[in-house]
Amino acid sequence: MRPATVALGIALAAAFAAPLIGVYPVFLMKLLCFAMFACAFNLLLGFTGMLSFGHAAFFGAAAYATGWLVTARGWGTLPAILAGVAAAAALGAAIGALAIRRRGIYFAMITMALAQLVYFVCLQAPFTGGENGLQGLPRGSLAGLLPLKSDVAMYYVVLAAFLGVYALIRRIVHSPFGQVLKAIRENESRAVSLGYEIERYKLVAFVLSATLAGLAGSLKALVLGFVTLSDVLQANSGEVILMTLLGGTGTFLGPVVGAGLVVTLEEYLSDVVGGWVTVIIGAVFVACVLLFRRGLVGELAALRSRR
Amino acid sequence: MADELILETRGLVKEFRGFVAVGGVDLAVRRGEIHALIGPNGAGKTTVFNLLTKVLSPTAGRILYAGEDITGLKPAAVARRGLVRSFQMSAVFPHLTVLENVRIALQRELGTSFHFWQPESSLGVLDQRARELLAEVGLEPYARMVAVELPYGRKRALEIATTLAAGPRLLLLDEPTQGMGHEDVDRVAALIQLAARERTVLMVEHNMNVVARIADTITVLQRGLVIASGPYAQVARDPQVVEAYMGADADALGGVPA
Ligand SMILES: Nc1ncnc2c1ncn2[C@@H]1O[C@H](COP(=O)(O)OP(=O)(O)OP(=O)(O)O)[C@@H](O)[C@H]1O
Ligand SMILES: [Mg+2]
Repeated sequence: MRPATVALGIALAAAFAAPLIGVYPVFLMKLLCFAMFACAFNLLLGFTGMLSFGHAAFFGAAAYATGWLVTARGWGTLPAILAGVAAAAALGAAIGALAIRRRGIYFAMITMALAQLVYFVCLQAPFTGGENGLQGLPRGSLAGLLPLKSDVAMYYVVLAAFLGVYALIRRIVHSPFGQVLKAIRENESRAVSLGYEIERYKLVAFVLSATLAGLAGSLKALVLGFVTLSDVLQANSGEVILMTLLGGTGTFLGPVVGAGLVVTLEEYLSDVVGGWVTVIIGAVFVACVLLFRRGLVGELAALRSRR
Repeated sequence: MADELILETRGLVKEFRGFVAVGGVDLAVRRGEIHALIGPNGAGKTTVFNLLTKVLSPTAGRILYAGEDITGLKPAAVARRGLVRSFQMSAVFPHLTVLENVRIALQRELGTSFHFWQPESSLGVLDQRARELLAEVGLEPYARMVAVELPYGRKRALEIATTLAAGPRLLLLDEPTQGMGHEDVDRVAALIQLAARERTVLMVEHNMNVVARIADTITVLQRGLVIASGPYAQVARDPQVVEAYMGADADALGGVPA
Protein backbone atom coordinates (compact mmCIF):
# COMPACT_ATOMS: atom_id res chain seq x y z
CA MET A 1 0.00 0.00 0.00
CA ARG A 2 1.13 3.52 -0.69
CA PRO A 3 2.10 5.63 2.33
CA ALA A 4 -0.63 8.15 1.50
CA THR A 5 -3.28 5.42 1.61
CA VAL A 6 -1.91 4.19 4.95
CA ALA A 7 -1.92 7.73 6.38
CA LEU A 8 -5.47 8.24 5.19
CA GLY A 9 -6.54 4.95 6.76
CA ILE A 10 -4.98 5.96 10.08
CA ALA A 11 -6.65 9.37 9.95
CA LEU A 12 -9.99 7.76 9.23
CA ALA A 13 -9.60 5.26 12.06
CA ALA A 14 -8.60 8.11 14.39
CA ALA A 15 -11.66 10.10 13.31
CA PHE A 16 -13.91 7.18 14.14
CA ALA A 17 -12.24 6.44 17.47
CA ALA A 18 -11.63 10.01 18.63
CA PRO A 19 -14.71 10.60 20.82
CA LEU A 20 -14.35 7.15 22.32
CA ILE A 21 -10.84 7.84 23.55
CA GLY A 22 -11.84 11.07 25.20
CA VAL A 23 -11.26 13.85 22.65
CA TYR A 24 -13.82 16.60 23.18
CA PRO A 25 -16.47 15.87 20.51
CA VAL A 26 -17.78 19.44 20.20
CA PHE A 27 -14.29 20.60 19.27
CA LEU A 28 -14.01 17.83 16.69
CA MET A 29 -17.41 18.68 15.23
CA LYS A 30 -16.49 22.33 14.95
CA LEU A 31 -13.31 21.30 13.19
CA LEU A 32 -15.21 19.06 10.78
CA CYS A 33 -17.73 21.81 10.00
CA PHE A 34 -14.97 24.25 9.14
CA ALA A 35 -13.14 21.58 7.19
CA MET A 36 -16.31 21.05 5.18
CA PHE A 37 -16.65 24.79 4.71
CA ALA A 38 -13.06 25.05 3.49
CA CYS A 39 -13.47 22.09 1.12
CA ALA A 40 -16.56 23.74 -0.37
CA PHE A 41 -14.66 26.98 -0.75
CA ASN A 42 -11.73 25.20 -2.36
CA LEU A 43 -14.03 23.69 -4.98
CA LEU A 44 -14.31 27.22 -6.26
CA LEU A 45 -10.84 28.64 -5.64
CA GLY A 46 -8.74 25.54 -6.14
CA PHE A 47 -10.58 23.77 -8.91
CA THR A 48 -12.29 26.57 -10.79
CA GLY A 49 -9.94 29.46 -10.09
CA MET A 50 -12.53 31.83 -8.60
CA LEU A 51 -11.66 33.66 -5.38
CA SER A 52 -14.79 34.47 -3.39
CA PHE A 53 -14.51 36.95 -0.53
CA GLY A 54 -18.07 36.35 0.57
CA HIS A 55 -18.48 32.71 1.44
CA ALA A 56 -19.56 33.49 5.00
CA ALA A 57 -22.85 34.64 3.50
CA PHE A 58 -23.73 31.08 2.49
CA PHE A 59 -22.40 29.53 5.67
CA GLY A 60 -24.20 32.12 7.80
CA ALA A 61 -27.47 32.26 5.86
CA ALA A 62 -27.87 28.50 6.12
CA ALA A 63 -27.02 28.61 9.82
CA TYR A 64 -29.64 31.30 10.40
CA ALA A 65 -32.28 29.54 8.31
CA THR A 66 -31.78 26.25 10.10
CA GLY A 67 -31.58 27.97 13.48
CA TRP A 68 -34.75 29.95 12.95
CA LEU A 69 -36.67 26.93 11.69
CA VAL A 70 -35.78 24.70 14.64
CA THR A 71 -36.41 27.41 17.25
CA ALA A 72 -39.23 29.67 16.04
CA ARG A 73 -40.94 27.18 13.76
CA GLY A 74 -40.33 23.92 15.52
CA TRP A 75 -39.15 22.14 12.41
CA GLY A 76 -37.49 18.75 12.57
CA THR A 77 -33.71 18.57 12.31
CA LEU A 78 -33.41 17.07 8.88
CA PRO A 79 -35.96 19.34 7.13
CA ALA A 80 -34.37 22.35 8.82
CA ILE A 81 -30.91 21.34 7.57
CA LEU A 82 -32.26 20.79 4.07
CA ALA A 83 -34.03 24.15 4.13
CA GLY A 84 -30.83 25.84 5.30
CA VAL A 85 -28.90 24.21 2.49
CA ALA A 86 -31.58 25.23 0.00
CA ALA A 87 -31.36 28.81 1.25
CA ALA A 88 -27.60 28.77 0.70
CA ALA A 89 -28.08 27.36 -2.79
CA ALA A 90 -30.60 30.05 -3.71
CA LEU A 91 -28.37 32.76 -2.32
CA GLY A 92 -25.46 31.21 -4.19
CA ALA A 93 -27.42 31.35 -7.44
CA ALA A 94 -28.29 35.02 -6.87
CA ILE A 95 -24.83 36.19 -5.80
CA GLY A 96 -23.11 33.92 -8.31
CA ALA A 97 -25.20 35.21 -11.21
CA LEU A 98 -24.09 38.75 -10.44
CA ALA A 99 -20.45 37.98 -9.64
CA ILE A 100 -19.41 35.58 -12.40
CA ARG A 101 -19.75 38.21 -15.08
CA ARG A 102 -16.51 39.68 -13.75
CA ARG A 103 -13.14 38.12 -13.25
CA GLY A 104 -10.31 38.21 -10.75
CA ILE A 105 -10.34 41.01 -8.25
CA TYR A 106 -13.67 42.42 -9.49
CA PHE A 107 -15.29 39.06 -8.94
CA ALA A 108 -13.87 38.98 -5.41
CA MET A 109 -15.09 42.51 -4.71
CA ILE A 110 -18.64 41.78 -5.88
CA THR A 111 -18.87 38.67 -3.73
CA MET A 112 -17.59 40.69 -0.78
CA ALA A 113 -20.05 43.53 -1.31
CA LEU A 114 -23.03 41.19 -1.68
CA ALA A 115 -21.98 39.18 1.35
CA GLN A 116 -21.81 42.43 3.30
CA LEU A 117 -25.39 43.07 2.23
CA VAL A 118 -26.39 39.66 3.59
CA TYR A 119 -24.66 40.58 6.85
CA PHE A 120 -26.68 43.80 7.15
CA VAL A 121 -29.88 41.89 6.53
CA CYS A 122 -28.97 39.45 9.28
CA LEU A 123 -28.20 42.38 11.60
CA GLN A 124 -31.53 44.11 10.94
CA ALA A 125 -34.04 41.38 10.18
CA PRO A 126 -36.47 40.53 13.01
CA PHE A 127 -35.98 36.77 12.83
CA THR A 128 -32.21 36.67 13.32
CA GLY A 129 -32.11 38.01 16.84
CA GLY A 130 -29.88 40.93 15.84
CA GLU A 131 -26.82 41.31 18.05
CA ASN A 132 -27.86 38.37 20.22
CA GLY A 133 -28.27 35.90 17.42
CA LEU A 134 -30.31 32.76 17.90
CA GLN A 135 -29.77 30.79 21.10
CA GLY A 136 -30.72 27.40 22.40
CA LEU A 137 -31.15 25.49 19.14
CA PRO A 138 -32.46 22.00 19.89
CA ARG A 139 -30.62 19.28 17.98
CA GLY A 140 -33.72 17.12 17.87
CA SER A 141 -33.28 13.78 16.22
CA LEU A 142 -32.42 12.46 12.80
CA ALA A 143 -35.75 11.57 11.13
CA GLY A 144 -37.15 10.69 14.53
CA LEU A 145 -34.87 7.68 14.75
CA LEU A 146 -31.57 8.83 16.15
CA PRO A 147 -31.63 11.39 18.98
CA LEU A 148 -28.77 13.86 18.56
CA LYS A 149 -28.66 15.31 22.03
CA SER A 150 -25.60 13.25 22.87
CA ASP A 151 -22.42 14.78 21.51
CA VAL A 152 -21.12 11.40 20.42
CA ALA A 153 -24.20 10.64 18.31
CA MET A 154 -24.06 14.10 16.78
CA TYR A 155 -20.37 13.62 16.11
CA TYR A 156 -20.91 10.56 13.97
CA VAL A 157 -23.62 12.31 12.00
CA VAL A 158 -21.31 15.26 11.35
CA LEU A 159 -18.45 12.92 10.47
CA ALA A 160 -20.66 11.05 8.00
CA ALA A 161 -21.80 14.33 6.45
CA PHE A 162 -18.21 15.51 6.17
CA LEU A 163 -17.06 12.29 4.52
CA GLY A 164 -20.01 12.50 2.15
CA VAL A 165 -19.14 16.05 1.15
CA TYR A 166 -15.48 15.18 0.78
CA ALA A 167 -16.34 12.27 -1.51
CA LEU A 168 -18.79 14.39 -3.46
CA ILE A 169 -16.18 17.09 -4.07
CA ARG A 170 -13.71 14.47 -5.27
CA ARG A 171 -16.36 13.20 -7.62
CA ILE A 172 -17.24 16.67 -8.89
CA VAL A 173 -13.60 17.39 -9.64
CA HIS A 174 -13.19 14.05 -11.40
CA SER A 175 -16.33 14.22 -13.52
CA PRO A 176 -17.12 15.40 -17.04
CA PHE A 177 -18.20 18.68 -15.43
CA GLY A 178 -14.97 18.89 -13.42
CA GLN A 179 -13.03 18.38 -16.62
CA VAL A 180 -14.67 21.45 -18.14
CA LEU A 181 -13.99 23.44 -14.96
CA LYS A 182 -10.32 22.55 -15.26
CA ALA A 183 -10.30 23.67 -18.87
CA ILE A 184 -11.90 26.97 -17.88
CA ARG A 185 -9.33 27.48 -15.13
CA GLU A 186 -6.50 26.71 -17.51
CA ASN A 187 -7.57 28.77 -20.49
CA GLU A 188 -10.89 30.54 -20.49
CA SER A 189 -10.88 31.92 -24.00
CA ARG A 190 -9.90 28.56 -25.43
CA ALA A 191 -12.80 26.89 -23.61
CA VAL A 192 -15.14 29.49 -25.12
CA SER A 193 -13.74 28.96 -28.59
CA LEU A 194 -14.55 25.26 -28.26
CA GLY A 195 -18.19 26.13 -27.67
CA TYR A 196 -18.46 26.10 -23.89
CA GLU A 197 -20.80 28.65 -22.34
CA ILE A 198 -18.36 29.23 -19.51
CA GLU A 199 -20.65 31.46 -17.43
CA ARG A 200 -23.06 28.59 -16.95
CA TYR A 201 -20.33 26.24 -15.80
CA LYS A 202 -19.01 28.83 -13.40
CA LEU A 203 -22.47 29.43 -12.04
CA VAL A 204 -23.08 25.74 -11.41
CA ALA A 205 -19.71 25.50 -9.66
CA PHE A 206 -20.55 28.56 -7.60
CA VAL A 207 -23.93 27.19 -6.56
CA LEU A 208 -22.43 23.80 -5.66
CA SER A 209 -19.81 25.49 -3.54
CA ALA A 210 -22.37 27.74 -1.83
CA THR A 211 -24.66 24.77 -1.17
CA LEU A 212 -21.95 22.73 0.52
CA ALA A 213 -20.79 25.77 2.49
CA GLY A 214 -24.40 26.08 3.61
CA LEU A 215 -24.46 22.50 4.85
CA ALA A 216 -21.39 23.27 6.93
CA GLY A 217 -23.14 26.32 8.38
CA SER A 218 -26.35 24.46 9.23
CA LEU A 219 -24.47 21.66 10.94
CA LYS A 220 -22.29 24.05 12.89
CA ALA A 221 -25.39 25.87 14.16
CA LEU A 222 -26.86 22.61 15.44
CA VAL A 223 -23.58 21.44 16.92
CA LEU A 224 -23.03 24.58 19.01
CA GLY A 225 -26.72 25.29 19.57
CA PHE A 226 -26.49 28.92 18.56
CA VAL A 227 -26.07 31.20 15.54
CA THR A 228 -24.44 34.62 15.82
CA LEU A 229 -23.45 37.42 13.52
CA SER A 230 -19.87 36.12 13.52
CA ASP A 231 -21.07 33.24 11.30
CA VAL A 232 -22.02 35.65 8.56
CA LEU A 233 -19.26 38.20 9.19
CA GLN A 234 -16.60 39.18 6.68
CA ALA A 235 -14.00 37.78 9.10
CA ASN A 236 -15.49 34.33 8.59
CA SER A 237 -15.04 34.68 4.82
CA GLY A 238 -11.44 35.65 5.46
CA GLU A 239 -10.90 32.71 7.75
CA VAL A 240 -11.98 30.14 5.19
CA ILE A 241 -9.63 31.68 2.63
CA LEU A 242 -6.84 31.45 5.17
CA MET A 243 -7.59 27.81 5.98
CA THR A 244 -7.60 26.87 2.32
CA LEU A 245 -4.39 28.71 1.47
CA LEU A 246 -2.64 27.35 4.55
CA GLY A 247 -3.47 23.78 3.66
CA GLY A 248 -3.07 24.17 -0.08
CA THR A 249 -5.56 25.18 -2.74
CA GLY A 250 -6.41 22.71 -5.43
CA THR A 251 -5.57 19.73 -3.21
CA PHE A 252 -8.29 17.64 -1.63
CA LEU A 253 -6.78 17.36 1.83
CA GLY A 254 -5.33 20.86 2.02
CA PRO A 255 -8.48 22.64 3.24
CA VAL A 256 -9.02 19.91 5.83
CA VAL A 257 -5.49 20.31 7.20
CA GLY A 258 -5.77 24.11 7.09
CA ALA A 259 -9.09 24.09 8.91
CA GLY A 260 -7.71 21.68 11.49
CA LEU A 261 -4.73 23.92 12.12
CA VAL A 262 -6.70 27.15 12.44
CA VAL A 263 -9.51 25.71 14.57
CA THR A 264 -7.01 24.00 16.86
CA LEU A 265 -4.89 27.12 17.28
CA GLU A 266 -7.98 29.18 18.04
CA GLU A 267 -9.32 26.65 20.50
CA TYR A 268 -6.18 26.12 22.54
CA LEU A 269 -4.39 29.43 22.22
CA SER A 270 -7.33 31.69 22.99
CA ASP A 271 -7.33 30.40 26.57
CA VAL A 272 -3.64 31.16 26.93
CA VAL A 273 -3.11 34.37 24.98
CA GLY A 274 -6.64 35.74 24.62
CA GLY A 275 -7.10 38.20 21.77
CA TRP A 276 -3.54 37.68 20.59
CA VAL A 277 -4.66 34.46 18.93
CA THR A 278 -5.63 36.32 15.76
CA VAL A 279 -2.18 37.89 15.64
CA ILE A 280 -0.54 34.51 16.02
CA ILE A 281 -2.72 32.95 13.33
CA GLY A 282 -1.92 35.92 11.12
CA ALA A 283 1.79 35.36 11.69
CA VAL A 284 1.49 31.64 10.93
CA PHE A 285 -0.36 32.57 7.78
CA VAL A 286 2.31 35.03 6.65
CA ALA A 287 5.04 32.49 7.39
CA CYS A 288 3.23 29.81 5.42
CA VAL A 289 2.61 32.04 2.46
CA LEU A 290 6.28 33.02 2.38
CA LEU A 291 7.70 29.55 3.01
CA PHE A 292 5.17 27.23 1.40
CA ARG A 293 3.49 28.90 -1.49
CA ARG A 294 1.50 25.79 -2.32
CA GLY A 295 0.27 25.34 1.24
CA LEU A 296 1.24 22.51 3.57
CA VAL A 297 -0.36 19.68 1.63
CA GLY A 298 0.62 21.22 -1.70
CA GLU A 299 4.28 21.35 -0.68
CA LEU A 300 4.20 17.78 0.58
CA ALA A 301 2.72 16.59 -2.69
CA ALA A 302 5.33 18.54 -4.63
CA LEU A 303 8.11 17.01 -2.54
CA ARG A 304 6.80 13.53 -3.17
CA SER A 305 6.49 14.00 -6.91
CA ARG A 306 10.01 15.43 -7.10
CA ARG A 307 11.49 12.30 -5.55
CA MET B 1 -24.76 31.86 -55.72
CA ALA B 2 -25.02 32.72 -52.03
CA ASP B 3 -25.24 29.01 -51.41
CA GLU B 4 -21.69 28.68 -52.56
CA LEU B 5 -20.47 30.95 -49.80
CA ILE B 6 -20.11 29.58 -46.32
CA LEU B 7 -18.94 32.88 -44.90
CA GLU B 8 -19.46 36.42 -45.97
CA THR B 9 -18.70 39.72 -44.29
CA ARG B 10 -20.18 43.02 -45.40
CA GLY B 11 -18.49 46.27 -44.50
CA LEU B 12 -16.83 44.85 -41.42
CA VAL B 13 -15.27 47.64 -39.33
CA LYS B 14 -13.40 47.53 -36.04
CA GLU B 15 -12.07 50.65 -34.37
CA PHE B 16 -10.01 50.73 -31.22
CA ARG B 17 -10.51 54.19 -29.71
CA GLY B 18 -10.51 55.85 -33.07
CA PHE B 19 -7.76 53.65 -34.51
CA VAL B 20 -9.21 51.73 -37.43
CA ALA B 21 -7.83 48.20 -37.28
CA VAL B 22 -10.35 46.83 -39.78
CA GLY B 23 -11.79 49.38 -42.14
CA GLY B 24 -14.72 47.91 -44.02
CA VAL B 25 -13.80 44.40 -45.06
CA ASP B 26 -15.91 42.38 -47.50
CA LEU B 27 -14.82 38.80 -47.34
CA ALA B 28 -16.34 35.92 -49.29
CA VAL B 29 -15.27 32.41 -48.43
CA ARG B 30 -16.47 29.65 -50.73
CA ARG B 31 -17.58 26.35 -49.32
CA GLY B 32 -14.94 23.62 -49.44
CA GLU B 33 -12.01 25.87 -50.26
CA ILE B 34 -8.80 26.69 -48.48
CA HIS B 35 -8.86 30.44 -48.25
CA ALA B 36 -5.72 32.26 -47.10
CA LEU B 37 -5.77 35.66 -45.49
CA ILE B 38 -2.40 37.32 -45.85
CA GLY B 39 -0.93 40.71 -45.18
CA PRO B 40 1.87 42.45 -43.32
CA ASN B 41 2.12 42.59 -39.53
CA GLY B 42 -0.63 44.67 -38.00
CA ALA B 43 -2.81 44.48 -41.13
CA GLY B 44 -5.77 43.38 -39.03
CA LYS B 45 -5.87 39.65 -39.77
CA THR B 46 -6.19 38.49 -36.19
CA THR B 47 -8.72 41.23 -35.55
CA VAL B 48 -10.84 39.87 -38.41
CA PHE B 49 -10.66 36.43 -36.80
CA ASN B 50 -11.66 37.91 -33.46
CA LEU B 51 -14.64 39.56 -35.13
CA LEU B 52 -15.68 36.36 -36.90
CA THR B 53 -15.54 34.35 -33.69
CA LYS B 54 -17.27 37.14 -31.74
CA VAL B 55 -14.37 37.65 -29.34
CA LEU B 56 -14.72 41.27 -30.47
CA SER B 57 -17.90 42.95 -31.63
CA PRO B 58 -17.66 44.93 -34.83
CA THR B 59 -18.01 48.70 -34.83
CA ALA B 60 -20.02 48.26 -38.03
CA GLY B 61 -20.84 45.60 -40.59
CA ARG B 62 -22.43 42.19 -40.75
CA ILE B 63 -21.23 38.60 -40.67
CA LEU B 64 -23.14 35.92 -42.54
CA TYR B 65 -22.31 32.30 -41.87
CA ALA B 66 -24.05 29.50 -43.73
CA GLY B 67 -26.75 31.92 -44.78
CA GLU B 68 -27.39 33.11 -41.23
CA ASP B 69 -26.56 36.50 -39.73
CA ILE B 70 -24.31 35.69 -36.78
CA THR B 71 -23.27 39.26 -36.01
CA GLY B 72 -25.15 39.30 -32.70
CA LEU B 73 -24.26 35.84 -31.42
CA LYS B 74 -22.07 35.00 -28.44
CA PRO B 75 -18.64 33.39 -29.02
CA ALA B 76 -19.56 29.96 -27.66
CA ALA B 77 -22.72 29.91 -29.77
CA VAL B 78 -20.73 30.63 -32.91
CA ALA B 79 -18.36 27.80 -32.06
CA ARG B 80 -21.26 25.40 -31.58
CA ARG B 81 -22.49 26.26 -35.06
CA GLY B 82 -19.21 24.94 -36.41
CA LEU B 83 -17.07 28.04 -36.74
CA VAL B 84 -14.05 27.01 -34.69
CA ARG B 85 -10.68 28.69 -34.49
CA SER B 86 -7.13 28.18 -33.37
CA PHE B 87 -5.15 31.00 -31.83
CA GLN B 88 -2.03 32.78 -33.03
CA MET B 89 -0.54 32.48 -29.55
CA SER B 90 -0.52 28.80 -28.74
CA ALA B 91 -3.65 28.01 -26.77
CA VAL B 92 -3.60 24.61 -25.13
CA PHE B 93 -4.80 23.61 -21.68
CA PRO B 94 -1.31 23.40 -20.19
CA HIS B 95 -1.93 21.15 -17.19
CA LEU B 96 -4.26 18.71 -18.85
CA THR B 97 -2.77 15.76 -20.65
CA VAL B 98 -2.47 15.80 -24.42
CA LEU B 99 -5.32 13.31 -24.63
CA GLU B 100 -7.51 15.36 -22.30
CA ASN B 101 -6.90 18.47 -24.37
CA VAL B 102 -8.46 16.83 -27.40
CA ARG B 103 -11.13 15.11 -25.36
CA ILE B 104 -12.39 18.40 -23.94
CA ALA B 105 -13.32 19.42 -27.45
CA LEU B 106 -15.01 16.07 -28.16
CA GLN B 107 -16.80 16.02 -24.83
CA ARG B 108 -19.40 18.67 -25.60
CA GLU B 109 -21.20 16.38 -28.04
CA LEU B 110 -21.70 13.75 -25.36
CA GLY B 111 -24.11 16.11 -23.62
CA THR B 112 -22.83 15.19 -20.16
CA SER B 113 -20.67 18.22 -19.56
CA PHE B 114 -22.80 19.38 -16.64
CA HIS B 115 -22.93 15.93 -15.05
CA PHE B 116 -20.87 16.52 -11.93
CA TRP B 117 -22.05 13.22 -10.44
CA GLN B 118 -20.64 11.01 -13.20
CA PRO B 119 -17.16 9.56 -13.00
CA GLU B 120 -14.48 10.80 -15.32
CA SER B 121 -14.21 7.29 -16.70
CA SER B 122 -17.51 7.91 -18.52
CA LEU B 123 -15.44 10.01 -20.91
CA GLY B 124 -13.44 6.93 -21.85
CA VAL B 125 -15.73 6.31 -24.81
CA LEU B 126 -14.08 9.31 -26.46
CA ASP B 127 -10.51 8.10 -26.05
CA GLN B 128 -10.48 6.14 -29.28
CA ARG B 129 -11.55 9.12 -31.36
CA ALA B 130 -9.15 11.39 -29.47
CA ARG B 131 -6.27 9.05 -30.21
CA GLU B 132 -7.16 8.98 -33.88
CA LEU B 133 -7.05 12.75 -34.01
CA LEU B 134 -3.73 12.76 -32.18
CA ALA B 135 -2.39 10.22 -34.62
CA GLU B 136 -3.31 12.51 -37.50
CA VAL B 137 -1.01 15.21 -36.11
CA GLY B 138 1.63 12.73 -35.02
CA LEU B 139 1.04 13.18 -31.30
CA GLU B 140 -0.27 9.74 -30.42
CA PRO B 141 2.92 8.75 -28.56
CA TYR B 142 2.56 11.78 -26.30
CA ALA B 143 -1.08 11.18 -25.34
CA ARG B 144 -0.34 10.76 -21.62
CA MET B 145 2.04 13.69 -21.40
CA VAL B 146 1.00 16.96 -19.79
CA ALA B 147 0.55 19.52 -22.56
CA VAL B 148 2.85 22.11 -20.98
CA GLU B 149 5.79 19.74 -21.46
CA LEU B 150 5.41 19.54 -25.23
CA PRO B 151 7.87 21.48 -27.37
CA TYR B 152 6.43 24.51 -29.15
CA GLY B 153 5.81 22.95 -32.56
CA ARG B 154 3.96 20.03 -31.04
CA LYS B 155 1.83 22.36 -28.95
CA ARG B 156 0.67 23.95 -32.18
CA ALA B 157 -0.09 20.54 -33.60
CA LEU B 158 -2.08 19.72 -30.48
CA GLU B 159 -4.02 22.92 -30.93
CA ILE B 160 -4.97 21.93 -34.45
CA ALA B 161 -6.06 18.48 -33.30
CA THR B 162 -8.17 20.08 -30.57
CA THR B 163 -9.71 22.52 -33.03
CA LEU B 164 -10.57 19.65 -35.36
CA ALA B 165 -12.05 17.70 -32.48
CA ALA B 166 -14.58 20.46 -31.93
CA GLY B 167 -16.13 19.46 -35.25
CA PRO B 168 -15.70 22.62 -37.30
CA ARG B 169 -17.52 23.19 -40.57
CA LEU B 170 -15.43 26.29 -41.07
CA LEU B 171 -11.96 25.96 -39.63
CA LEU B 172 -10.18 29.20 -38.78
CA LEU B 173 -6.43 28.88 -38.34
CA ASP B 174 -4.35 31.84 -37.21
CA GLU B 175 -0.79 31.25 -38.43
CA PRO B 176 -0.79 27.48 -37.86
CA THR B 177 2.82 27.02 -38.96
CA GLN B 178 4.32 29.96 -37.10
CA GLY B 179 7.58 29.11 -35.37
CA MET B 180 7.71 25.58 -36.74
CA GLY B 181 10.62 23.75 -38.30
CA HIS B 182 10.58 22.62 -41.94
CA GLU B 183 9.26 19.13 -41.31
CA ASP B 184 6.51 20.29 -38.99
CA VAL B 185 5.44 22.90 -41.55
CA ASP B 186 5.08 20.23 -44.22
CA ARG B 187 3.19 17.98 -41.89
CA VAL B 188 0.77 20.73 -40.88
CA ALA B 189 0.25 21.82 -44.49
CA ALA B 190 -0.63 18.25 -45.43
CA LEU B 191 -2.92 18.03 -42.43
CA ILE B 192 -4.76 21.19 -43.43
CA GLN B 193 -5.26 19.78 -46.91
CA LEU B 194 -6.62 16.60 -45.42
CA ALA B 195 -8.93 18.52 -43.09
CA ALA B 196 -10.14 20.64 -46.00
CA ARG B 197 -11.61 17.61 -47.74
CA GLU B 198 -14.55 17.68 -45.40
CA ARG B 199 -14.72 21.33 -44.49
CA THR B 200 -13.80 24.86 -45.39
CA VAL B 201 -10.58 26.41 -44.10
CA LEU B 202 -9.84 30.07 -43.62
CA MET B 203 -6.25 30.58 -42.55
CA VAL B 204 -3.90 33.41 -41.77
CA GLU B 205 -0.47 32.41 -42.98
CA HIS B 206 2.85 34.16 -43.41
CA ASN B 207 4.63 31.28 -45.06
CA MET B 208 4.15 31.92 -48.80
CA ASN B 209 5.35 28.44 -49.67
CA VAL B 210 2.42 27.00 -47.83
CA VAL B 211 -0.01 29.56 -49.21
CA ALA B 212 1.10 29.00 -52.81
CA ARG B 213 0.86 25.27 -52.40
CA ILE B 214 -2.45 24.74 -50.65
CA ALA B 215 -4.62 27.85 -50.87
CA ASP B 216 -7.39 28.04 -53.46
CA THR B 217 -8.13 31.68 -52.86
CA ILE B 218 -6.09 34.43 -51.31
CA THR B 219 -7.23 37.68 -49.79
CA VAL B 220 -4.63 40.34 -49.09
CA LEU B 221 -5.24 42.70 -46.23
CA GLN B 222 -3.32 45.90 -45.67
CA ARG B 223 -3.98 48.47 -42.96
CA GLY B 224 -7.41 47.02 -42.38
CA LEU B 225 -8.44 47.02 -46.05
CA VAL B 226 -8.71 44.29 -48.66
CA ILE B 227 -6.38 45.24 -51.51
CA ALA B 228 -6.74 42.09 -53.59
CA SER B 229 -8.56 38.80 -53.63
CA GLY B 230 -8.47 35.83 -55.98
CA PRO B 231 -6.35 32.83 -56.98
CA TYR B 232 -2.67 32.94 -56.04
CA ALA B 233 -1.34 33.55 -59.55
CA GLN B 234 -3.67 36.47 -60.10
CA VAL B 235 -3.04 38.07 -56.72
CA ALA B 236 0.71 37.67 -57.03
CA ARG B 237 0.65 39.71 -60.25
CA ASP B 238 -1.53 42.45 -58.82
CA PRO B 239 0.56 45.62 -58.96
CA GLN B 240 -0.97 46.98 -55.77
CA VAL B 241 -0.04 43.82 -53.92
CA VAL B 242 3.45 43.76 -55.35
CA GLU B 243 3.96 47.35 -54.37
CA ALA B 244 2.22 47.51 -51.01
CA TYR B 245 2.57 44.13 -49.45
CA MET B 246 5.75 42.94 -51.05
CA GLY B 247 7.39 46.31 -50.74
CA ALA B 248 7.81 45.65 -47.06
CA ASP B 249 8.94 42.12 -47.60
CA ALA B 250 10.28 41.91 -51.12
CA ASP B 251 11.16 38.23 -51.07
CA ALA B 252 7.90 36.98 -49.71
CA LEU B 253 6.29 36.19 -53.04
CA GLY B 254 9.38 34.38 -54.16
CA GLY B 255 8.50 31.69 -51.71
CA VAL B 256 11.01 32.35 -48.95
CA PRO B 257 9.23 32.15 -45.63
CA ALA B 258 9.45 35.35 -43.63
N1 LIG C 1 -7.48 44.94 -28.49
C1 LIG C 1 -6.83 45.89 -29.21
N2 LIG C 1 -6.78 47.18 -28.79
C2 LIG C 1 -6.14 48.12 -29.49
N3 LIG C 1 -5.53 47.89 -30.67
C3 LIG C 1 -5.53 46.64 -31.15
C4 LIG C 1 -6.18 45.57 -30.45
N4 LIG C 1 -6.04 44.43 -31.17
C5 LIG C 1 -5.33 44.77 -32.26
N5 LIG C 1 -5.02 46.09 -32.26
C6 LIG C 1 -4.29 46.81 -33.31
O1 LIG C 1 -4.92 46.56 -34.53
C7 LIG C 1 -3.97 46.37 -35.56
C8 LIG C 1 -4.20 45.04 -36.22
O2 LIG C 1 -3.81 44.02 -35.33
P1 LIG C 1 -3.92 42.48 -35.70
O3 LIG C 1 -3.48 41.71 -34.52
O4 LIG C 1 -5.26 42.20 -36.22
O5 LIG C 1 -2.86 42.35 -36.86
P2 LIG C 1 -2.39 41.05 -37.66
O6 LIG C 1 -2.68 41.29 -39.08
O7 LIG C 1 -2.94 39.83 -37.05
O8 LIG C 1 -0.81 41.13 -37.42
P3 LIG C 1 0.26 39.95 -37.20
O9 LIG C 1 0.68 39.49 -38.53
O10 LIG C 1 1.38 40.64 -36.48
O11 LIG C 1 -0.37 38.90 -36.37
C9 LIG C 1 -2.61 46.50 -34.92
O12 LIG C 1 -2.13 47.80 -35.14
C10 LIG C 1 -2.87 46.28 -33.46
O13 LIG C 1 -1.98 47.02 -32.68
MG1 LIG D 1 -2.21 38.23 -36.07
